[in-house]
Amino acid sequence: MMFLVAIIAVVVTMLLILVRALLGPTVYDRILAINLFGTKTVLFVAVLGFLNGRPEFLDLGLIYALINFIGTVTVLKFMQYGDLGWEAASKEKPDV
Amino acid sequence: MRYLLGLIIGAATLWLLLSGVYKPIVLGLGGFSVLFCAYVCHRMGIVDRESVPLHLLARVPLYALWLGGEIAKSNWDVAKRIVLPGRRISPTIVRLRAHQSSELGQAVFANSITLTPGTVTVALRSGDAIVHAITADNATDMEGGDMDQRVRRLERPFGAPARREASQ
Amino acid sequence: MNALIDTASWILLAGGALLSVIGGIGMLRMPDFYTRMHAASVTDTGGMILMLAGLMLQAGLTLVTAKLVFVMLFLLITSPTATHALARAALEDGIEPQVDHDKR
Repeated sequence: MMFLVAIIAVVVTMLLILVRALLGPTVYDRILAINLFGTKTVLFVAVLGFLNGRPEFLDLGLIYALINFIGTVTVLKFMQYGDLGWEAASKEKPDV
Repeated sequence: MRYLLGLIIGAATLWLLLSGVYKPIVLGLGGFSVLFCAYVCHRMGIVDRESVPLHLLARVPLYALWLGGEIAKSNWDVAKRIVLPGRRISPTIVRLRAHQSSELGQAVFANSITLTPGTVTVALRSGDAIVHAITADNATDMEGGDMDQRVRRLERPFGAPARREASQ
Repeated sequence: MNALIDTASWILLAGGALLSVIGGIGMLRMPDFYTRMHAASVTDTGGMILMLAGLMLQAGLTLVTAKLVFVMLFLLITSPTATHALARAALEDGIEPQVDHDKR
């Protein structure tokens, strides 16, 4: 019962965040929303594991948390330099 | 050497807690991966005081407790500002001086600021942190320098006397 | 004793759910990008910590709790880093925050 309430709250939050991701207006609003969506997914997976009585799902959540972070930073780096390769190192600006 | 040992012990603990399967062959594979990772890190030359901050270990629990309290307080504050009707925010940007002596200390300081809702470190340049706060009160609190003091105490090596310069 | 732990975990989960939804509302209500980051911070720290703490009470002293602790630690380290990178990228891109007081 309590897991169900928690999971509904997480889904509602995800929907609110998706609205922000669609509205924008700047690209950074969208990245912020998607990053937040990722952490909500981790919570969703964790609570879902408990709801189904299979807490092994947490491993997926753990990996998702790491990939989400790497993904966000990668997108930001791409936004800033327009490149993911070594080109960035030769420019004056520091890394993200 | 002690940093390498610390890295190996830390990685082994992480592996043991995450695995949960304790058969000889799996344990052997785990041990191999831990040692291999330590070897690669050693070869890359990234095993040092900064990447394995053993000297922080003893003081981190107390700091984490204090930071948890701050996070709880500011969560409550920001949540109220979101829910209650009317405009209850007064966004402010301030420049704070990060007095930490190491880059690690400055990073901990900047991340602690960002972690508490209501304040975000926008930039950290040559010891100056540009902080965006959701209200003018939050900004004034940050200018009080309490967090700066505490992070400085956190990074202080053991046995060193407490430095108490006034912070602005 | 069991009922007590159950109640405590219920309260934590409910609190986490509430903070999470409040942060979502804040994402829609706040006027500009930088203030939205503060709202995001509420779901990212408060909601996440309370919810995972509630789950930890449910799991008891097992490996599951250890994993929950690791999830929490990873999120607590990565989320401010990502937020900071985002804020810096936005500022460098020339998105000026709407502020009442600018004391840079």
